[in-house]
Amino acid sequence: MALLRRPLLLLLLIVTHQFLQFRIAFGSVNEEGQKQEEFYEELLLKPLPDRKLLTHFHFQSSTPPSTSNGRHHHLFPKAISQLVLKFQVKEMELSFTQGRWNYESWGGFDPIPSGNAKPPGVELWAVFDAPQHLIDALWKNLTHTLSGLFCASINFLESSTAYSAPEWSFPPASGKLRYGTLPREAVCTENLTPWLKLLPCRDKAGISMLLDRPSIYRGFYHSQRLHLTLTGSGSEGMDPGIILEQTLTVVLQPGSQRASLAYASEKHIQPSWSLSSIFGKQISGRCVLAETSNVYFLLDRGLVAELEHIHKENEKSEENVLISEKFWTNPSFELSAKPDRIFVEESSLLSKNASVLYKFEIEKYSESEPFDLGLFWKTPVVWLCQQAPLHASRFLMGSGNERGAIAISLKSTQSSEGFMGSNSNDERCELRVDVFQVVPWYVKVYFHSLQVFVDQQPKAVSDIIEKIHVSPSKDKVSPGVMELVLTLPCSVSSAVLTIEFDKGFLHIDEYPPDANQGFDIPSAIVSFPNFHARMVFLENDSLNKSPLLSKFQEKSPVMSYTEVLLVPLTTPDFSMPYNVITITCTVFALYFGSLLNALRRRVAEEERFLKDKAAKKMGRIPLLLSKLLAKLRGRHLEGPQAPPASSSFINSKSVLKVILIAGLAACWQYYFS
Amino acid sequence: MEKVKKKIGSFSFWNWVIASIIFRLILIYFPKNLNLSSRPEVSTPLTSFRRLAEGYWLKQSSMSPYAGSMYHGSPLLLSLLGPLTINRIEGQPNHLLYSLVSVIADVVSAMLIRATGQNLRLAYLRSLESLHLVKQIEVSEFLFSGDIAALIYLCNPFTIVACVGLSTSPIENMAVILCLYGACSRLIPLAAFGWVIATHLSLYPAILIIPVIFLLGCGPDSPPRKLFLQRHQQKEVLNQSKLPPRFSWGPIIHFAFWAFLWSVYVLVLCGISLKQFGGLWEMFKSTYGFILTVEDLSPNIGVLWNFFLIVFHVNILFMILPLAIRLRHRPCYLAFVYVAICSMLKSYPSVGDSALYLGLLDMQFSLFLFCGYVGVSLLSPVMHNLWIWRGTGNANFYFATAMVYACLQIVLVVEGVSAMLNHDRKLRNLITGKPQDAKS
Repeated sequence: MALLRRPLLLLLLIVTHQFLQFRIAFGSVNEEGQKQEEFYEELLLKPLPDRKLLTHFHFQSSTPPSTSNGRHHHLFPKAISQLVLKFQVKEMELSFTQGRWNYESWGGFDPIPSGNAKPPGVELWAVFDAPQHLIDALWKNLTHTLSGLFCASINFLESSTAYSAPEWSFPPASGKLRYGTLPREAVCTENLTPWLKLLPCRDKAGISMLLDRPSIYRGFYHSQRLHLTLTGSGSEGMDPGIILEQTLTVVLQPGSQRASLAYASEKHIQPSWSLSSIFGKQISGRCVLAETSNVYFLLDRGLVAELEHIHKENEKSEENVLISEKFWTNPSFELSAKPDRIFVEESSLLSKNASVLYKFEIEKYSESEPFDLGLFWKTPVVWLCQQAPLHASRFLMGSGNERGAIAISLKSTQSSEGFMGSNSNDERCELRVDVFQVVPWYVKVYFHSLQVFVDQQPKAVSDIIEKIHVSPSKDKVSPGVMELVLTLPCSVSSAVLTIEFDKGFLHIDEYPPDANQGFDIPSAIVSFPNFHARMVFLENDSLNKSPLLSKFQEKSPVMSYTEVLLVPLTTPDFSMPYNVITITCTVFALYFGSLLNALRRRVAEEERFLKDKAAKKMGRIPLLLSKLLAKLRGRHLEGPQAPPASSSFINSKSVLKVILIAGLAACWQYYFS
Repeated sequence: MEKVKKKIGSFSFWNWVIASIIFRLILIYFPKNLNLSSRPEVSTPLTSFRRLAEGYWLKQSSMSPYAGSMYHGSPLLLSLLGPLTINRIEGQPNHLLYSLVSVIADVVSAMLIRATGQNLRLAYLRSLESLHLVKQIEVSEFLFSGDIAALIYLCNPFTIVACVGLSTSPIENMAVILCLYGACSRLIPLAAFGWVIATHLSLYPAILIIPVIFLLGCGPDSPPRKLFLQRHQQKEVLNQSKLPPRFSWGPIIHFAFWAFLWSVYVLVLCGISLKQFGGLWEMFKSTYGFILTVEDLSPNIGVLWNFFLIVFHVNILFMILPLAIRLRHRPCYLAFVYVAICSMLKSYPSVGDSALYLGLLDMQFSLFLFCGYVGVSLLSPVMHNLWIWRGTGNANFYFATAMVYACLQIVLVVEGVSAMLNHDRKLRNLITGKPQDAKS
């Protein structure tokens, strides 16, 4: 394989090289004509409160709507455009995640967690632009294609027990949406490599050079995502434009082997880091195919407020140091490179504080002068990330393998009081929460047992649940889907939903290899449609070119995923099926044999009785005794009296029987195959 | 056993009935129903009360009650019993109303059994009389057979458990007994109604049509015609008027007509209640289809759940014909054997089913079998607990008790059949004047 691959790679290199020149030549020609295919690469770095660092890679390729002869792409991955055309995908998102996003300390309100925090394993949803009856078939084909493209077992989503069709609770609400998750899928570098292959520069140049596998997979959380949207599906004969958004979100612990550990106060100081210390690599120039190639450094609201506070205490100056010219040598931290631009978030009504964004352009750097951003903290800072209004978690209740209950608990977060205040000027302040929960069929949920507790008080279901949509699970056919809209009072401090279930029993063939590990219930999605994760930065005009920042400005509801639950199910004794069959058949044989014997006994006895009477006029008691003996020995006594003459007849009869049974068996086999 | 009978005889029948009802009510008032409603022995996927409540909930929220794989019962049951799953009386146990319904169903079935038993006794005495054998049989032994059967049904722990454990089997049992009672007392519409309802509720009672036809055709208890012929040949007197009626087709056609009428009626009712969700086909698929294809593999006391194979349901049908031929003249007994076989081989058996045939049982109950039943009913919860709740045992523990239970039922059926055949043989011997011991 390796031998084969090397010349291929060489060929590819040559081809891309030539094609590059080609493109440059054409670029000028097409300048005034139709829009070009574009590629953007961006990286966002953000310190997290628990001494970790969020790195968010964002690559976007787009192809404009074109006439159908435009099937040849310059930058855009051909595999993706073929997939879109073939399966009539309107929108699709595929994510591979390992680890769990820590909503409490990493925040849940910003666009990054809200859009990029994903449930563990694989999550795939797709909206199709096809008639309703074709969608399931398209979905099946799509899963197989993606499974081939990304070297993952996405094809398990093909079976109807694995995917569902949410009616309205999933954000891109549409009847043509299919949603499926594989919580147990292990994500590793074999999934990342094909994902990188979709980038024009792969990981050979530009920001993607940083993607050093060991340091990524050492992280606490990484989520690799691929999002497809169609733009301007256009008129007949035009292929729709596609925007392919590839993001990789990694939460890393910056190296702990700092030289400055000697200081006593260092323990409370956030760890300092640089790109080279995290990834072991530096960015040596941009990917030449990219329109823009930027690195952003984001200080979120809480951190900015804290820094300003520290600064005011120290210097008592009114000037905002973070935005001023000398920001990179401010008393709290120091940046190793000078940013090209600084953006301040438009302060919204919700909070006075605004996050600050530093922009670094990679274009200026080259191989001789690589880009390496470093951050050195001088003073200890403690801050909190902005959290979603309610923190959602989910757990199992009950013991044993027969039944249990799922509880979804929503706890009010401290930081949410600000939003509550803004809403409370209405007479009845209400918090709307959407819950979307899929349960596999072997967890048989009793929907009538749904209970709601608000602040530990049981409430009538109809008071809290505004809207409910349930599609109960069908054994071995479809999973159960529950979609709820809750309206909670704003003053709520906790709300719990519980629902009981019975654990099902699977057929012995249906257990996965390690059945005793248990089965996963996929994450529930809790979203807050009244809250929008959105960051609007000032100086909008210059931002239009950055897809990452324009993504931040989109109004998308705050979403969070709950934990994946592990349900242990009862397993049969896997070593016993044949013994069980044998024993059961023995019992049946006992039943048939003894019942037939009881039914047929009279004739034989009477014959014997008559014969005995005819032979010798015996007393009755010896007769009874012999009868009893016969009973004990079964039909032993009868044996010698059976006429031997009829053996040939019996033979032919038995042959006939055997033929009949064989015929029946053949029919049976034929019918069931 | 003799002692027990005398004891029962000395007490008043009604005292016992009232005592059993009170006992049930006490159990109902126990907290959390003793968790009986979730025992696999009591509630199967077909008879579980929780599933009924789920089906009702789905129907109330304007979805098909068969939308999930939860409910597999009849839509009529849903509209009759469904409201009881929600209605609550303040300060009373949650499902008091439904429990009361099942207590009433039990009492009604007991009364029907009693009436059937009395009918049978009369018929039996009449047939003995016609054979001029009355003097030779101790009449007193048969006096209380109906009462005893009814009391066995009422005081049977299995019946009590099924009644208190909120399963729908008391109602199914009542339908079966109604059918038999109707057939015994020649109330043809009633018999047809019972048969249609029982079949509609749990499919297996469909085979009861054979005993019912015999019951209607030949009367409740007729000795074989051959005996008469033998007897009359012996005595050389041919008294046609004394001969038992031949197999008469009139009542059977009548029965078929009524059965057709009732089934159309039931289907129309089902159709109305399921009009907006999928109609009758869905009902057939998820009730009868569920029974026949064994989709739910949760362990029960049957033999087949661990038999992870395609189940041959025909094996219930195998024995129907031989039994029908041999026990043609005793249709009631035939019905009993059929019910026992069904409860043994059905795909989702529960103790409620065995309660039914034990109630119909009116014969010597040997100590061995009794111990077996006690043993199984004690061991099976223990084994289930070990396997499912503690995880210390495995499936085989529970399967073993299911096996023993199946064997017990087999022994019971076989012994019962051979006892009845012996009884007939004895009668014949008495008639033909052949010397025969009083005991056999």
